[in-house]
Amino acid sequence: MLEIKNLHVKLEEEDKQILKGVNLTVPAGKVHAIMGPNGSGKSTLSYVLSGRDGYEVTEGEATLAGEDLLEQEPEERAAAGLFLAFQYPVEIPGVGNMTFLRTAVNAQRKARGEDEMSATDFLKMVREKAKDLKIDADMLKRPVNVGFSGGEKKRNEILQMAVLEPKMCILDETDSGLDVDAMKLVSDGVNALRDEGRGFLVITHYQRLLDHIKPDVVHIMADGRIVKTGGPELALEVENNGYADILAEVA
Amino acid sequence: MALPKPKADVTDALLATLDLPDTGWSAPARKAALARVHEMGLPTARDEYWKFTRPESLTQAQAPEAAVLEATETPIFDDVDRLRIVFVDGVFDAEASDDLALEGVSIERLAETAEMDIHWAKDVYGVLEARGQDPVQRPLAALNTAFATDGLLIHVTGTPSKPLHLTYSHADSGSDAILHHVVKVDAGAEVTILENGPAAARFNKSMEIDIADGATLHHIRTQGRDHERRAATHMFTRLGEKSVYKSFTLTVNGVLTRNEQVVELTGDEAVAHVAGACVGDGDFHHDDTVFITHDAVDCESRQVFKKVLKNGAVGVFQGKILVKPGAQKTDGYQISQSLLLDGDSQFLAKPELEIYADDVACSHGSTSGAIDEEGLFYLRSRGVPEREATNLLTLAFLAEAVEEIEDETLAEQIVTRLEGWLSRRG
Repeated sequence: MLEIKNLHVKLEEEDKQILKGVNLTVPAGKVHAIMGPNGSGKSTLSYVLSGRDGYEVTEGEATLAGEDLLEQEPEERAAAGLFLAFQYPVEIPGVGNMTFLRTAVNAQRKARGEDEMSATDFLKMVREKAKDLKIDADMLKRPVNVGFSGGEKKRNEILQMAVLEPKMCILDETDSGLDVDAMKLVSDGVNALRDEGRGFLVITHYQRLLDHIKPDVVHIMADGRIVKTGGPELALEVENNGYADILAEVA
Repeated sequence: MALPKPKADVTDALLATLDLPDTGWSAPARKAALARVHEMGLPTARDEYWKFTRPESLTQAQAPEAAVLEATETPIFDDVDRLRIVFVDGVFDAEASDDLALEGVSIERLAETAEMDIHWAKDVYGVLEARGQDPVQRPLAALNTAFATDGLLIHVTGTPSKPLHLTYSHADSGSDAILHHVVKVDAGAEVTILENGPAAARFNKSMEIDIADGATLHHIRTQGRDHERRAATHMFTRLGEKSVYKSFTLTVNGVLTRNEQVVELTGDEAVAHVAGACVGDGDFHHDDTVFITHDAVDCESRQVFKKVLKNGAVGVFQGKILVKPGAQKTDGYQISQSLLLDGDSQFLAKPELEIYADDVACSHGSTSGAIDEEGLFYLRSRGVPEREATNLLTLAFLAEAVEEIEDETLAEQIVTRLEGWLSRRG
């Protein structure tokens, strides 16, 4: 589903190389996790894939279902099926959550040449999905993420994911700022979306989230590269011994 | 004291083109107003109160031409049940207007009552304007009181079943209109006044509003998108005890607009909200000048002004809250914000507080900024194209001002207008 080859990225503003040749393939139906210490380039990878400004790809490529991602605008990537659950979801005062969701769904449908969804069908669909994530009518009415708690923001990200039904989901430190109950709620939401046709890339510092969202493959990222790849047991190794051992081993 | 020569010249030149209607009940008020014009002189670019807005085109003897906008759009408030009153180039058009009879209100034409000796409006006409001349001079309003040729005298005695809709249109590219409305709302009465349209190539409009104890007036106005028209408007509002005044103005283009709101809270627990949203592209200068005086206990005032500017458009906000001695428990709020869609536009703000009471809560803020990049990326990452996302954020920026309109149907009409403006822009 997602294929990244030899991806090199530097910051536009300063001459600083962040990604130094990332190779990664996430097939449909699989959950891959990326772990790594601070500053290893995990979040940069998620931003570059989703098309945020400020980064320059100097080498390599990234494709989604065979289509070149890096040449596309962020909205085109979204319509093609890419979704990034933000580490810090953005507050948008003045835009109601429901309006935001409907605008996004219809914009993606339009981009794909599909008909817009009727207001009634849309409302019904969102309400059902919101219920599973314990998002009440009030949260749907309020401006996007404004005044939401950390947990509410992350649940709102998962709601968007559920409503937009992307092919490839990237979760950037979705566990940060979550208490145990919220983590369970969010993980259940993600697990409900696991599907043969959908790939997941879960970026996290801690093994904790991976207890709930069980990965098929775990990658360790350090200094802009994937330095080790293994099964779920790799996450446990990190949890027990930290990154130092692994980094020493590959150095 | 003699006026400085440039001021005297401007004043004399314009006055030479005008005739004082010397008849009936309004004659003394007009004469007094003319005396004020002579004393103050018309504004010039050297006046502190006109520092951000050049007054020349408003004061020059000959009104600058303004082409009549050909484009037609669905007239606003068309699907609202209302009493429609039409003015063309500042002249009442009886043919195009509804029958002015409506329960709870009496509506007369200023021009038609001119010959009468006595009229209730005598206690308001020029009176609130004169009060509003201190501490800041507003010569264009005095000029209006002296020379107004038409307008409405609206006496609200009850609660009319529908809004009064004053609709203005501009048919002559050289029209120069001076309109003066007087509104008196009796104790406990309630009315909604709607206004829309580009009234003339050059338009000087004044509205004096006297709101008695426990009465309410809602005012919603849209200033048409004739690109070349110029307007100077004044609203003088006096509020009695527990009365409510809520005014919202939408301005869409227009080469020059100066809207002054002068509000005096004279009765305890009165509430005054004045709000405005304006969107300007290119040759557009919009000035909101607001002066709110708290002269009673436990009153609330709010000023919410939002401006979206691009391609060299200029927005001005001069807003003041004056809390007089003894006006305790005053709750005053003022916010003025601009969204600059490019690097060429300008927002000039002068927020002021002057407080002589010690138990008050007054706050003010003014900001100027670009579209929030984080918000824009967030929307785009969800599939919303850049332009649509920008429009959504622009509407969201204006929402705080539009939300000041209580009636949801009317607020929706304003939003539709704004969406229209956004969809016409690249």
